[in-house]
Amino acid sequence: MDWTGLIEIVGRELFGVIAGLIGVLAFVVLNALFLTWLERKIAGHMQRRIGPKEVGPFGLIQPLADTLKLLGKELLTPHDVSRPLYFLAPTLIFIPVLVSFVVIPFDRQLLVKDINVGILVILAFSSLSVLSILLAGWGSNNKYALIGAIRSVAQNIAYEIPLLLSLLPIIMMANSFSLKTIVAAQEGLWYVALQPVAFLLFFIAAVAETNRTPFDLPEAESELVAGFHTEYTGMRFALFFLAEYTNIVIVCAIATSFFLGGYQGPLLPGWLWFLGKTYFLVFVIIWFRWTFPRVRFDQLLNFAWKIMIPVAFINIIVTGGLLKL
Amino acid sequence: MTNPVQFAKDAISLMKGMGVTLGNLFKPVVTCQYPRQTLTMTGRFRGHTKLAADPEAPEKNKCFVCGLCEKSCPSGSIKEVVGEKREGEKKKTATGYLLDFTTCSQCGLCVEVCPVGALEFSRDYNPAGLRREDFHYDLVKEFEKRRGPG
Repeated sequence: MDWTGLIEIVGRELFGVIAGLIGVLAFVVLNALFLTWLERKIAGHMQRRIGPKEVGPFGLIQPLADTLKLLGKELLTPHDVSRPLYFLAPTLIFIPVLVSFVVIPFDRQLLVKDINVGILVILAFSSLSVLSILLAGWGSNNKYALIGAIRSVAQNIAYEIPLLLSLLPIIMMANSFSLKTIVAAQEGLWYVALQPVAFLLFFIAAVAETNRTPFDLPEAESELVAGFHTEYTGMRFALFFLAEYTNIVIVCAIATSFFLGGYQGPLLPGWLWFLGKTYFLVFVIIWFRWTFPRVRFDQLLNFAWKIMIPVAFINIIVTGGLLKL
Repeated sequence: MTNPVQFAKDAISLMKGMGVTLGNLFKPVVTCQYPRQTLTMTGRFRGHTKLAADPEAPEKNKCFVCGLCEKSCPSGSIKEVVGEKREGEKKKTATGYLLDFTTCSQCGLCVEVCPVGALEFSRDYNPAGLRREDFHYDLVKEFEKRRGPG
């Protein structure tokens, strides 16, 4: 065994991982800053207001000011919280978010690691976030937090199924779990044209998975104060916030890779196409938020179990039949 | 559980709602950016009352301390309307007129009851203070301050 060669390989791998991690972290933070600004700006203009405008040009530095405020805030810990769970939850919600970025192809060559079960990695890790939400809600010793957490668990379990089932036809058509292969298979025709129903199902389930309006029951501010993160202040709250906005981008990035051809597109460089499509979907999710009222809890679960899951199954069967023909 | 026709109708209504918000996204804003811009004030805006200048002799006000405003005030906000008879004047001249703006509701009875129209509403819309006493205005002093020295 040639030691120097081994060290070189390990070093290169390590460098790749560290560089990837730094890149992902930078992207996550910048994205959250940008999205808070975008959300407030779009909310403002949809309500015929201006939105943030005082700090920096067009209020662009506003999120930075908010971050500084959150960093400077005292971390309050309520008296009777279950301390291990309470402290663990904000950290735990952030880890799956980082892992998901590893397998997303931003461009033909720009991805941290191409894993042949890429989509399974993302879905497996993103289902962990519901655990940290439950930890936060349970550990907070607060009825609103607990109700929010319970709702979140019921909702995420219900919507994870159509989320997975809506991706299955694509996996069947592309014959691969790797996002890179799936994107490459959409060279001529995007899968959204072949699988519009699956796209719709996925997008609705994704909105529900990220706890966004109209499915924002876990943090329904008009009834539950702030849901599972009621008792969190300062940077602990900011971590939940960061994770929420990053999750939005992740589901939109998956939707882009699976249905909208990922980095494929004429003229412009691939990563620009990828980010453009992803942020268009993010815009649609923000657009949903400022258009639709929150659904009732029974409506939410009925919709998942009685409509989305049967439709997803029918879609899979039809796709399978057509593929066999 | 669902009637397909109703389901389709509901889906269309969701689309319509999204159309409304998207339309508004590109319409001009309707809000006034307050510290940078201000709205034009309506003609009948009611700020706290102030003593009006006499159009014939702008350095003086027309109040002759009849006390009707003090009596007519439903909240008892007008106190200590005092004056003196000065040499060569036919009527009294006000030397003090205390308005407790904390209890005033700008009903305007004092303005209406004044026989000579000595009172009017100011256009001071954003008075601010740290203590209750900051809103106890002496209208005579305020008039003299407004009129300027001399």
